[in-house]
Amino acid sequence: MSNTTRRNFLIAAGVAGVAAAGIGGYRLIEPTTKKPLPTTPPNKKVVVIGGGAGGAIAAKYLRLLDQTIEVTLIEQNKDYYTCFMSNEVLSGERPLDSIQFNYDGLSQYGINVVHERAIAIDSEAKQVTLQRSAPISYDRLIVSPGVDFKWNAIEGYDESVIDQIPHAWKAGSQTATLRRQLEAMKDGGTVIIAVPPKPFRCPPGPYERASQMAHYLKHHKPKSKIRIFDSNQSFSKQALFEQGWQQLYGYGTDNSLIEWIPFDEGGSVVRVDANRMAIIAGEFEDEHQASVINLIPPQTAGQIAVASGLVDNTGWCPINQKTFESTLQKDIYVIGDACLAGPMPKSAHAANSQAKVCATAIVSALREQEMPTPYYSSTCYSLIGTEFGVSVTGVYQLEKDHIQSVAAAGGLSPLQASEQDRQREVAYAYSWFKNITDEMFSHRI
Amino acid sequence: MTDKYKNYAILILATGLIISPTAWATELPLMLIGNCTVCHGLAGSSVGPAAPSIARMDSEDFVDTMLEYQNDERPSTIMGRIAKGYSEADFQIMADYFAKQALVRYSQPVDAEKVKTGQQLHKKYCERCHENDGYGYSDEGYGILAGQWMPYLRFSLTDFQSRVRDMPRKMEKRMQKMVTQHGEESLEELVHFYGSHTNQK
Repeated sequence: MSNTTRRNFLIAAGVAGVAAAGIGGYRLIEPTTKKPLPTTPPNKKVVVIGGGAGGAIAAKYLRLLDQTIEVTLIEQNKDYYTCFMSNEVLSGERPLDSIQFNYDGLSQYGINVVHERAIAIDSEAKQVTLQRSAPISYDRLIVSPGVDFKWNAIEGYDESVIDQIPHAWKAGSQTATLRRQLEAMKDGGTVIIAVPPKPFRCPPGPYERASQMAHYLKHHKPKSKIRIFDSNQSFSKQALFEQGWQQLYGYGTDNSLIEWIPFDEGGSVVRVDANRMAIIAGEFEDEHQASVINLIPPQTAGQIAVASGLVDNTGWCPINQKTFESTLQKDIYVIGDACLAGPMPKSAHAANSQAKVCATAIVSALREQEMPTPYYSSTCYSLIGTEFGVSVTGVYQLEKDHIQSVAAAGGLSPLQASEQDRQREVAYAYSWFKNITDEMFSHRI
Repeated sequence: MTDKYKNYAILILATGLIISPTAWATELPLMLIGNCTVCHGLAGSSVGPAAPSIARMDSEDFVDTMLEYQNDERPSTIMGRIAKGYSEADFQIMADYFAKQALVRYSQPVDAEKVKTGQQLHKKYCERCHENDGYGYSDEGYGILAGQWMPYLRFSLTDFQSRVRDMPRKMEKRMQKMVTQHGEESLEELVHFYGSHTNQK
């Protein structure tokens, strides 16, 4: 911001402060010390790569904390489609445009939104290389790239087959493709969902997907079947999903809409044959054909993190769990799915929480002030049916430099919850969705 | 350019989010209240459909409510699990912050007849404690009724009616009398009355 604009801004702030004091008892917060106030050195630049659940919040909160910091958000897509709630698009419970958002709101915070792809990071020169435009310099860089897929980790599954065999694990056109395939499928057809080994983005996601698909099939194609081929032995919220599936989709009976095949019963997919619309799974390499195959491939941190030396041999980014600064590169921070944040899941809410901690850490660092105690949380709702919602929540603290779950807190919806509570959790799931996307993309505040 | 930042400044100040640097660590507990805003909305004004707004909530009520959730003295779907993750000092910080926030009362679909009846019922049975049409005394008072999300008000009234949630004896008597005289539908009429209050621009 130029000096003139900054002075005008502060004058406007002063005027508005006097006016605001009269509204409903609100008061401007006064400094509590007479010492000269430490401020952020001028013209500091923070660049954020990735405009999703982590990056959008990081960019906004940097500006809310300190209007003197120049914030640039690099996001390759003009529109953002939320993965969260996309399972309801698959079942037909909501339209695709209800999970579609743009960046007009964020730019009103003085965030420079650049619709470009970051292809490299020069950590010496402290610059981000873009696909088409000139490089962008940073004093601090936040990398929130989400996940990318390990192509050919499953033989035959690469980028060339994703329209035939969608992953729909990044929302948008893939969501629409998978929905169209479900609509086109005949009654009596089989849908296969293949789940990769943990960790992957959104632990309960594949099972909420199966639930939503089952809801659709129950009402439109009741002779059909969903088969979940799982590389794991257990899954998030398992007892709750199984209870809901029993209640709603005949789970455990011969008429079950859903079958779950864990790792030790041949659930691990090794190869995919797009021409035959088949997967090959298990130690005996059995072939299973289906009308619709939703293959969720094994994942790593987003490509930019991998290319920039931010990942370790797990394929995810190790970080200082108080500040989210990379332990491998100075002045570069990683948040969201891409980072290793102890017990925090790879969820949108976790990314949101980490973004706020990271923004606070960076502003503290720029001011050479000690960062306040961090608080982290994650809440995740799964919609098993239209009146059957469940949740898992976690509250986390920093203990001896590591993020720890507060043992007495958090956990799952009770198994014995009433029908009324299951219905209320659906309403609260929708509230979570509306409020988190409002926080990410609106310009209300 | 200046106009844009001036509007931005007014919005920021109206929510108390702009503060001085030294005070900021305790004055703006961004990470702590940031855990709440994901469901309860930016600066505590939820965009619904059901998660309640908590902006302008009386700070003593706030702390008491969180302690009740923490001790399983008040029913909830998720707040009990969440409240156990924080200390009373944390609750005080949250309470002080949210008490200062302007409450946005979003407009909700209401039935004009029910609103009218609800207003009369409120005057007769609730106004005594939930003063000023449910806005409370000087915008404080017991609970946020006027402009609160209607589904949440319904959940609350259901919980009071079924006695899974405690209420003061005075409230219990009045509610019982109201339902006896006017039927169960009187509860829904109250909900429409409270939901009819909006300050959304």
